[in-house]
Amino acid sequence: MKNLPRFFTFASPSRFYRAAGWAIPWIYAVAVLVSLAGLYLGFFVAPVDATQGNSYRIIFIHVPAAWMSMVLYLVMAFWAAIGWAFNARLASMVARSLAPTGAAFTFLALWTGAFWGKPTWGAWWVWDARLTSELILLFLYLGYMALVEAIDDTRRADQAGALLAVIGAVNVPIIYFSVRWWNTLHQGATISMTAAPKMANTMLLSMLLMTIAFWAYAFAVVFMRTRALVLERERDNEWVRALGVNNGSVA
Amino acid sequence: MTPMAALLARDLRLASRRPAEALLPVVFFVVAASLFPLGVGPEEATLRQIAPGIVWVCALLSSLLSLGTMYAGDYSDGSLEQMLISRMSSVELAVAKCLAHWLMSGVPLIVVSPLLGLLFGLSWESIGMMAFGLLLGTPVLSMMGSMGAALTLGLRNSSVLILLIVLPLCVPVLIFGAGAVSAAEVGLSPSGHFYLLGAMLLLTSVGAPVATAAALRISV
Amino acid sequence: MAEELTFNNGQGACMRAHDLTVHRGSETLFKALSFELQAGQLIWLRGSNGSGKTSLLRVIAGLSQPDGGQIRWGMQPLAGCEEYESRRVYIGHANALKDDLTALEALQFLTTVHGRNHGKASIESALRHMGVFHRRKLPIRMLSQGQRRRVALARLVLEKNAGFWVLDEPFDALDDAGSLLVQQLFKTNVERGGTVLFTSHIPFDGAGLLVRELALHGTRGA
Repeated sequence: MKNLPRFFTFASPSRFYRAAGWAIPWIYAVAVLVSLAGLYLGFFVAPVDATQGNSYRIIFIHVPAAWMSMVLYLVMAFWAAIGWAFNARLASMVARSLAPTGAAFTFLALWTGAFWGKPTWGAWWVWDARLTSELILLFLYLGYMALVEAIDDTRRADQAGALLAVIGAVNVPIIYFSVRWWNTLHQGATISMTAAPKMANTMLLSMLLMTIAFWAYAFAVVFMRTRALVLERERDNEWVRALGVNNGSVA
Repeated sequence: MTPMAALLARDLRLASRRPAEALLPVVFFVVAASLFPLGVGPEEATLRQIAPGIVWVCALLSSLLSLGTMYAGDYSDGSLEQMLISRMSSVELAVAKCLAHWLMSGVPLIVVSPLLGLLFGLSWESIGMMAFGLLLGTPVLSMMGSMGAALTLGLRNSSVLILLIVLPLCVPVLIFGAGAVSAAEVGLSPSGHFYLLGAMLLLTSVGAPVATAAALRISV
Repeated sequence: MAEELTFNNGQGACMRAHDLTVHRGSETLFKALSFELQAGQLIWLRGSNGSGKTSLLRVIAGLSQPDGGQIRWGMQPLAGCEEYESRRVYIGHANALKDDLTALEALQFLTTVHGRNHGKASIESALRHMGVFHRRKLPIRMLSQGQRRRVALARLVLEKNAGFWVLDEPFDALDDAGSLLVQQLFKTNVERGGTVLFTSHIPFDGAGLLVRELALHGTRGA
């Protein structure tokens, strides 16, 4: 049990505030550099696709964004549940900060999907399994954000959000499965986002780089948002007041 | 009488004293579904094809519309507090409430659905499939809805919030339920859909009352 | 600032609270509150508006968890304690009566839900005791506030064992006759070894009983 306090050192809002504040610029730098590399590889170096020409290149943004949107939802549900189960304030704050970023990635995945669909199949939107699931995932994110915003009492908001996020996380596989079933039932045509071009190594590398870049971006943005939440919620503590005195400004 | 049975009896008795309010979901169901031919055109083949989807979406919406009042009345007059510290566990409370909601809004929908089936020109066999699907699916809607209602207790705009929260979760039921009727219409077997609906019913029966109980404790 | 109140009348402590802290939103209602409540006591919980009386009552009734500290029944934690739950009667500020049920039906439901299965005759005699027998078949929405309070409190008449009563503003909306009735009920419960914890903004006479006071003040904030 003695080791646990050390492990939870950064679970203290004040320590997190300082550590994250130090780390954020570096993480941003990583995000920018890696995304430049990934975009360069994807848009300039990777070969032209035989069937789809150059328009396929949007998948270097679309696919990592879709992955991020799904992973972030699970991460959000995880931290929200931890915050609820262990009454860990910081975990709940991190969960709340994750939601807008996750929703943003979902939105990005949706409209990059549209940009892919238009030149390839002539339609701005196709009801394929993945895009439809992304749409429903966006609704889940919006539902979570709407719920936590609507509840004034912080503790009730965090706990209700945690329950909703966990319910959503449990349902996401079921929803995805049912949407795939629906998709195969109703569509004879092979319009599908999953029918991606066969992957050359540069393509895979580019997607990997973009994924790393998105992860770094997500960390940076979520840390920033969490720091703001920490200041807001812990404003009655002395260390927050001391910050204002030292910097000569109140955040 | 056990506390759970007493709660169920009480809710049914309260509904019987306000019959107009109790019938609202069914009326909405019929009115909303009837609007579609007016918007889409009376062409028989089209109507028959879109009927399962329309009936199911309208069933979804009318089921969820009556959710706002599921716990709100008890919350505001203090009954919910009393029930939460009563002899019945909060899970039993959730089960009784879901059952009452289903009996009052789900069952009438099932009973009225053949009428809509006829309006849309479905065959008797399809109508049967639709009613059976609704029988399996409406309890799931009530249970999903009760989670949403419990989470949004006492909030402003809770009815819209409930819909936003619960609708995405009800997508599988919609897909399998409407899919069963569509399959029957084209001569395929709907049994796969019904198995999946049954599985959803089982899964929800296990998870939703527990989640609802947790949500009630958070919200009160 | 901690507040320690111990009453000892030799009958054995039933409820002990230690270091209770309750927040509401970002505010701390009270901090490090400790007390002991014993059998055969009548306790008046006092405090200014917003001092956390209702919140404390809800914690004692088992409706909410404190943000810090522990509360026990005998040696056991309050949560899930069977013995406590069988003795506790909580009547909140709201009456918990459905507008569309008759007084008889509403009281019947409340008692059944709490595991006290009384027949129609007992319920009617309780309503008669509280002076609302003549309104028993009317829906609750047709009763005055005072009459509704009497129906809600009629639960206490039906309690035959020494119970732990937690009452939030029981005298609210009651006229003098009603208040006297309720004070008599308090006396009956206390004399058979039960405990009554209540709040009241109206000065309380005592019905000839010794009233302990538990005051919530000066524990807010820092």
